[in-house]
Amino acid sequence: MTPVVDLVGAAVELGGRTLWADVEIQVQPGEFVALLGPNGAGKSTLIKALLGLVPFSNGRVGVARAAPGAGAARIGYLPQRRRFDPDLRVRAREVVRLGLDGHRWGLPLRGNAAANARVQEVVYLVDATAFVDRPLGELSGGEQQRILIAQALVRRPDLLLLDEPLDSLDLPNQAAIAALLSRLSRDHGVAIVMVAHDVNPILGFLDRVVYLAAGRAVVGTPEAVIDGPTLSALYGTPIEVLHASDGSLVVVGQPEPPAHHSDRHHTDGHHHEYDRDPRRPHEH
Amino acid sequence: MGGFPTPAPTWNLWFDLRLLLQYPFMVQAFRAGIVVAVLAAVIGWFMVLRRQSFAGHTLAVVGFPGATAAALLGASPALGFVATGAAAAAIIARLPAGLAARRVSESALIGTVQAVALALGYLAYSWYGGFASSIESMLFGSFLGITTGQVWFLMLLAGPILLIMAVIGRPLYFASVDPGVAASRGVPVRALDTVFLLLLGITAGAVSQITGALLVFALLVAPPATAQWLTSRPGRSVLLSVLLSTMIMLASLSLAYFIDLPLGTYVTTLALMTYVAARMWHR
Repeated sequence: MTPVVDLVGAAVELGGRTLWADVEIQVQPGEFVALLGPNGAGKSTLIKALLGLVPFSNGRVGVARAAPGAGAARIGYLPQRRRFDPDLRVRAREVVRLGLDGHRWGLPLRGNAAANARVQEVVYLVDATAFVDRPLGELSGGEQQRILIAQALVRRPDLLLLDEPLDSLDLPNQAAIAALLSRLSRDHGVAIVMVAHDVNPILGFLDRVVYLAAGRAVVGTPEAVIDGPTLSALYGTPIEVLHASDGSLVVVGQPEPPAHHSDRHHTDGHHHEYDRDPRRPHEH
Repeated sequence: MGGFPTPAPTWNLWFDLRLLLQYPFMVQAFRAGIVVAVLAAVIGWFMVLRRQSFAGHTLAVVGFPGATAAALLGASPALGFVATGAAAAAIIARLPAGLAARRVSESALIGTVQAVALALGYLAYSWYGGFASSIESMLFGSFLGITTGQVWFLMLLAGPILLIMAVIGRPLYFASVDPGVAASRGVPVRALDTVFLLLLGITAGAVSQITGALLVFALLVAPPATAQWLTSRPGRSVLLSVLLSTMIMLASLSLAYFIDLPLGTYVTTLALMTYVAARMWHR
């Protein structure tokens, strides 16, 4: 089977500085992979590089069986979000439709029946039928996220790239969206790579995780990667992973990320990656 | 203004309309008004969607010094309005990269730029020493003495702009609602941003000639905002915006014929009333 994401020795430079290097990731069709790591490690940048929006500086790269950026039609993308403006008077259905043909020039005069049918199909798939005809700005965070997932799915992509889709959702919605994503990967063969702040809501669904830190990446099953010795080796400093009684993981002792960013000044001491604190600053 | 008969309206709208259309200058005013109303409704619809009202207002106000400077140099104020609008749009488009950053710098610069524009406009005007009524019409609008040449000039601007909008409308809509995803799908978000600002600048200049530089804003904002409030389907919303804008313009021209106040006053009042009525009716 050809991997949907195939990175060999991949590296990205930003502003002349190597963000990460020697990254090896293969994602197979139908796999659900989480992209973890401290703020500033370059998780969002990896997503953007896979989309062709940021160039790779090194390595052999295949995305959706093409060079980055060339397979755009076979990739669905959810950027890090930003709730929509409550005053945005755009019907949610239009937002899904934009995913189908929003990039085309000219007025949509033909092929509306097929397009509408496909939109309806994908709206049904993500359980959004109840609110798809309301303005996007009026929807809750969880509803907006379902609409955006529908938008990303509408062209039947091979690969779904999601940047913190559970961010700013409450716990029940986090669980529901995680279950939806898992169903998409398992039943529809969509490979999913998802940046996550907190691995716990998706821990039970994941096939593998990519842990990005200190300019390098470790790839493997969640149990193998989110593990004291592995993370200690990655960071080069002692890290502990605590197992809570509900099965969730807490990583303790990470150096204030990113350790190699000498150009940034941090004043907020160290914080923990999986502590579920909603007040934590977000990666930009 | 005086110099032509101003009979009272009869409340028989059909009779009143036929009366107005007997005057060639009113026919010209209606023609110019319709062109400007359609253009403002379409461009304004995207401006409201993109939250660029600040930029739109500035582009309109800078038209004023452009028009007075053109008059001072012996050129057509119409040309001054449009050229300054386009030039200012080009400058805004070149502000530091990043949409978010641009919005911040917009809000920081905006007050200064508008005040300086008004001051420069008045300076050029006082050097020009023209008729007092011309500055009033530059700021608050006028519909008297519109020439066939002016109508053609407006149509020559509006035609290509509307054509361009038909071509870029859908990707621009995508880029306006969801720039990140649009970029990932190959939509040239930055380029569309620049093109739209230029079209907005030219439109603001064109509309200023009828509604005045200070009151352009009413026609650019109110009909699109009303339409977007009433329907969230883009096709219907744009059509509704055009319809509302045209009706406001025709009604304003008719009222201005019977009761002598600057045209922009009527446009602003009717536009505001339409918006408030829509918000109250459709909660």
